[in-house]
Amino acid sequence: MTAIHAPRILRPHPLPAALLVLLCLLCLPGRPAAAATPFDQGITLLAARDFQSKAQAIDLLADSGDTRARSILTALLAGRLFHVKKTGALVLAEKQGRAYRITGALSGTAEGTVRKRALRKVTINNRLRRHIKAVLARLDLTDPDPAVRLAAVNAMLSTLDPGSIGLLTKLRAGEQDPRVRDALATAIAIGGLRSSDSRTRLDALAGLDGNLNPAVRNELVQLIADEQDEAVRSRARATLASIETRIAWSGLAETLFFGLSTGSVLVLAAIGLAITFGVIGVINMAHGELIMLGAYTSYVLQQLLPGSVGLALLLSVPVAFLVSGGVGIVIEKTVIRFLYGRPLETLLATFGISLILQQAVRTIFSPLNRSVASPAWMSGMIQVNPVLSLTMNRLTILAFTALVFSGLYWIMKKSAMGLQVRAVAQNRAMARAMGVRAARVDALTFGLGSGIAGMAGVALSQLTNVGPNLGQAYIIDSFLVVVFGGVGNLWGTLLGGLTLGVANKFMEPWTGAVLAKIMILVFIILFIQKRPSGLFPQKGRAEA
Amino acid sequence: MIRAALFSKDTGGGILLILLLLAAVLVPAANLALDPGSPLYVSTYTMALVGKYLCYALLAISVDLVWGYLGILTLGHGAFFALGGYAMGMYLMRQIGPRGVYGNPLLPDFMVFLNWHHLPWFWHGFNWFWFAALMVVLVPGLLALTFGWFTFRSRVGGVYLSIMTQALTYALMLAFFRNEMGFGGNNGLTDFKDILGFPLQADTTRAGLFTASALALAGGYLACRFITASRLGRVCRAIRDQEDRVRFLGYRVENAKLWVFTFSAMLAGIAGALYVPQVGIINPTEFSPLASIEIVIWVAVGGRSTLYGAVVGALMVNYAKSFLTAAMPDAWLFCLGGLFVLVTLFLPDGVVGLLRRRTRRTGPRPDILPAAPGEETP
Amino acid sequence: MTTRFAALLLAAFLLAGITAPGQARAGNDTIKVGILHSLSGTMAISETTLKDTMLMLIDEQNRKGGLLGRKLEAVVVDPASNWPLFAEKARELIEKDHVAAVFGCWTSVSRKSVLPVFEELDSLLFYPVQYEGEESSKNVFYTGAAPNQQAIPAVDYLMNEMGIERWVLAGTDYVYPRTTNKILEAYLKSKGVKDKDIMINYTPFGYSDWQSIVAEIKKFGSAGKKTAVVSTINGDANVPFYKELGNQGITADKIPVIAFSVGEEELSGIDTKPLVGHLAAWNYFMSVDTKINEDFIDTWHAFIKDDNRVTNDPMEAHFIGFNMWVKAVEKAGTTDPDAVQKAIIGVTVPNLSGGYAAMMPNHHITKPVLIGEIQDDGQFEIVWRTPGMEAGDAWSDYLPGSRDLIADWREPLACGNFNVKSGKCSGSK
Repeated sequence: MTAIHAPRILRPHPLPAALLVLLCLLCLPGRPAAAATPFDQGITLLAARDFQSKAQAIDLLADSGDTRARSILTALLAGRLFHVKKTGALVLAEKQGRAYRITGALSGTAEGTVRKRALRKVTINNRLRRHIKAVLARLDLTDPDPAVRLAAVNAMLSTLDPGSIGLLTKLRAGEQDPRVRDALATAIAIGGLRSSDSRTRLDALAGLDGNLNPAVRNELVQLIADEQDEAVRSRARATLASIETRIAWSGLAETLFFGLSTGSVLVLAAIGLAITFGVIGVINMAHGELIMLGAYTSYVLQQLLPGSVGLALLLSVPVAFLVSGGVGIVIEKTVIRFLYGRPLETLLATFGISLILQQAVRTIFSPLNRSVASPAWMSGMIQVNPVLSLTMNRLTILAFTALVFSGLYWIMKKSAMGLQVRAVAQNRAMARAMGVRAARVDALTFGLGSGIAGMAGVALSQLTNVGPNLGQAYIIDSFLVVVFGGVGNLWGTLLGGLTLGVANKFMEPWTGAVLAKIMILVFIILFIQKRPSGLFPQKGRAEA
Repeated sequence: MIRAALFSKDTGGGILLILLLLAAVLVPAANLALDPGSPLYVSTYTMALVGKYLCYALLAISVDLVWGYLGILTLGHGAFFALGGYAMGMYLMRQIGPRGVYGNPLLPDFMVFLNWHHLPWFWHGFNWFWFAALMVVLVPGLLALTFGWFTFRSRVGGVYLSIMTQALTYALMLAFFRNEMGFGGNNGLTDFKDILGFPLQADTTRAGLFTASALALAGGYLACRFITASRLGRVCRAIRDQEDRVRFLGYRVENAKLWVFTFSAMLAGIAGALYVPQVGIINPTEFSPLASIEIVIWVAVGGRSTLYGAVVGALMVNYAKSFLTAAMPDAWLFCLGGLFVLVTLFLPDGVVGLLRRRTRRTGPRPDILPAAPGEETP
Repeated sequence: MTTRFAALLLAAFLLAGITAPGQARAGNDTIKVGILHSLSGTMAISETTLKDTMLMLIDEQNRKGGLLGRKLEAVVVDPASNWPLFAEKARELIEKDHVAAVFGCWTSVSRKSVLPVFEELDSLLFYPVQYEGEESSKNVFYTGAAPNQQAIPAVDYLMNEMGIERWVLAGTDYVYPRTTNKILEAYLKSKGVKDKDIMINYTPFGYSDWQSIVAEIKKFGSAGKKTAVVSTINGDANVPFYKELGNQGITADKIPVIAFSVGEEELSGIDTKPLVGHLAAWNYFMSVDTKINEDFIDTWHAFIKDDNRVTNDPMEAHFIGFNMWVKAVEKAGTTDPDAVQKAIIGVTVPNLSGGYAAMMPNHHITKPVLIGEIQDDGQFEIVWRTPGMEAGDAWSDYLPGSRDLIADWREPLACGNFNVKSGKCSGSK
């Protein structure tokens, strides 16, 4: 991953190569002595409206060797470079509340805060963005940090030309870090593949077996298409085959990961329902809206704690549990309590409640979706190899699901409350005779299931829309997962959700997203015919 | 608890039938014959609206038949309704002929649009009304038969069955959303021109459709009443109350369930077929599980296990919806949601139950289950 | 006790239901304008803002003295994202409330659902959303973009300015993306793009699990050629899509995504920092730097009492459509739909991007095409715009069925789908 780094104004190693270029430029005969330096020219050109001139400006700045060039280019890339409308001065601006705090781009001195309308942004488009990144990559090649160097080399791989291959070959001699050396070797091998000497091409191929870099693969495909020498071509085919095998394995791992993460979302959404529906038999149609409340909780907390996205998100887990759990207990005390023994009517009442909750959210927060930011530790990904990467947010949610599940499992199996819940579920009259306050247990159980729905909402706020319709998208899937897994069985819900997720993701490449889903539904319908009580039928109870 | 045939004591049903027959004659007459200035004039808008409600009512009856008398809470009856609607929609589509925007005599507009060159095989035959009419009952019936045959034989019951019906309609919704299916995808079928040669936009055609809906509802009511009063009906109610006991007594529970479920699906299909020409569009949202849950709610609001209660519920809830979406567009969901909650809490037998309780204060309620003790609930 | 209470409640409810529709909603001295946008259900996210926009525009007009010396009165109904209900509500607005014109609908299916009603009762509908074309009704005015006013210029930009050679056409599975992608596919092939360089993908509404598809796009884009995604993904599915893009590291400089259904309002529900540089093509952006746009934004903020609310393209379409209707009514001297239909063709009103919009004989309007890049504040930076105005084309030149069709509602042709080859006007008149 190419990363955008904070501007480094004081660089330990000013770039000698660029400096040389600059010196040469200055030495060129026939240049008027009074002409502005390339750096100044670049700065002037940045004010131009068209992107062509800006591209020129970027080149001038990059080659100027001026120590300020890097910070200016980085700011340009990050969209923090502005002109003051009145004076035309180039400034770095940082948003502060509704105004902007500006710093002179050349001087580096703070110049106070101004309103947005006083500034004009130095705009760039994608072509320029790519251009700047390439330029910065060249500057980064000699960065002291190996990770930066590695990213720079990788960024250059897709746009190799004879010049850059020469540069990289030179760099390799002095490179110490093994990973950077590997990357450099790949680049040099790609250069070797382009050689006119078939011997060199064969040698280069030898070093590329199983190399997963997409640039290598593209180069090989090209080589096989154009190659005249049969020996080289068959070697190239073998190399490509070895790469394809590794890609296939990575693809399998990737699909499995996608499936598990899809499954974990299903489990999260369903596990609260496994309690309210599975244990106390309430067909809770408002379950989706309780999830939605959790998602809105994380939105509200982010609004209350601006600037600390991660903390707000962590805090919203317990808060959402309390909010949704609280709402759940209120629903239980005011409505569901009167409907025990008439489970199908709980469907009706909770459907009404779900309509009310949706409209309430629409009235309070507006029908528009709300934006919930992701903390830094949940964005990005872990790059296992060039074709397999695991996204951080999905990994986090997988871990979160595991945590919620084990917590819930512990409560149900080991705590006193869990014992009472199970006792009431199994034999209400007997439990009451033993002194369990059944009504209170009912309320707490429903609250527990609702609270878990709220925690699921926090996780979903990181994946999807936070809006009034959030709940409806998950309610049907949740019921299916619980029924598939076996009503009243937590393990069933876990395994059911994960199975459905993985099955879905393995089918998707062949069938497309919609057909995969339809086939899953048909599969569940057929499965229930075979095992009418789901994967794990609950033992010891009369058939419902 | 099983009581003898209710037919002779069915005052509610009698009133309903009389009202329906009156409406079938008077409403179209008031629309066609009276001057728009007259106080008794029924506007086309009102007639179309009530016509739509009548289709919903027929659908509600079909749900009440399986829920109220057989104890199967179906959360997927919208699927049968929509299938009937699609069958009718396909006939109406074929009637457009060369009058579509692209002027293609054979293919509906959306197929021209997707560059299709041949009519898919399952569209053949729908240019004949009799064939479409057959499909209106056959397709939902066959689906119900297959689904029921699998489910009832393997004794899937209670909430499992409810969730399975939900999965069924959900799968169908996703399938019909796909453009490759050949049913017009998300847009569904629309832009109908005429039915049996009568232009759909003419008031006389609307009046005819209204009468047809009222008569279909009356007929559907009579048929359901006949079933419930018959021997089969008594077995059904026995199954609802104690399935295992009925089975041990030697009855073929599966068969009873299967036939009544299939009949109910066909009834829903007819409701859908009448609904489509009146609203002018059929599309996959009719399959949405939430729509099916709404049907159950109509029945619950009206009063379960009475049949005419289902009619009352469907009319009331839909009227409330029509009225509230215009009167308080920003807050109508509060009212509707609140209504559902209040009805469940205070009127366990629905509106009809309330009326009946007021007229007959004493004596046991005839055919509503007493609330089961907690231990026995699923 | 509870029974009595319930009976009372029910009686009150029924009474309210029976009596209320009888009350006329207002006197006869106002001109009524119908607003048919979903305020609940799945489409409320997009449509509620348009209802507010219309209320604001009507409010403004009344402040200016109304229309033809009468005040305007908005009649708002909620079709609840339910397509048959759209038809019912349209009929209610026209037959019961006698509105002079209706502004509304968002999805194509809702428009298709109300179309027969408007044609039967001969009323007017102003439809403000970009759509797939392939339609021209006597009673509908399409103030959003047709495909030639959005998709084709956008692809031209990517091809010429950014050198894109490989294309992913990703869309939600319904008519608009299907048609747009069909048109684009034909267009790209006419420009020499090969089959293997085009990937087409459809997903259902509200799709949220984008992992596999984004991974596939990533793989498709790693073939060495510059790749772009042309997205006709609708509404709700966009947030998870963009989130997944960001998480899998697909930044705009690697594989840019150009969207036709993502505007300021959709972005306000997303954290846009990872999306900077992705593109959208519209006919209006909130960031347009004109006086008239600044005034519009100020009025909007004052009306909605929230300075953080954004404006978007469909709002501009309503702004244009409403002003056109006002001007046509003034020109005709009546709100009679027939007279307004005749008067409105050729009417020109200012748009918000500093030009003028004219109503064409095919009931579509002229628009500039703007391309913007997403910024970290949820706004778009305009990076390109057409030099002139594009006239909306009801029937695409790139689709075999519609190539020979034209629409012209002026006499003597007065036809929405006239086949120039056969010389016949088929379908609706």
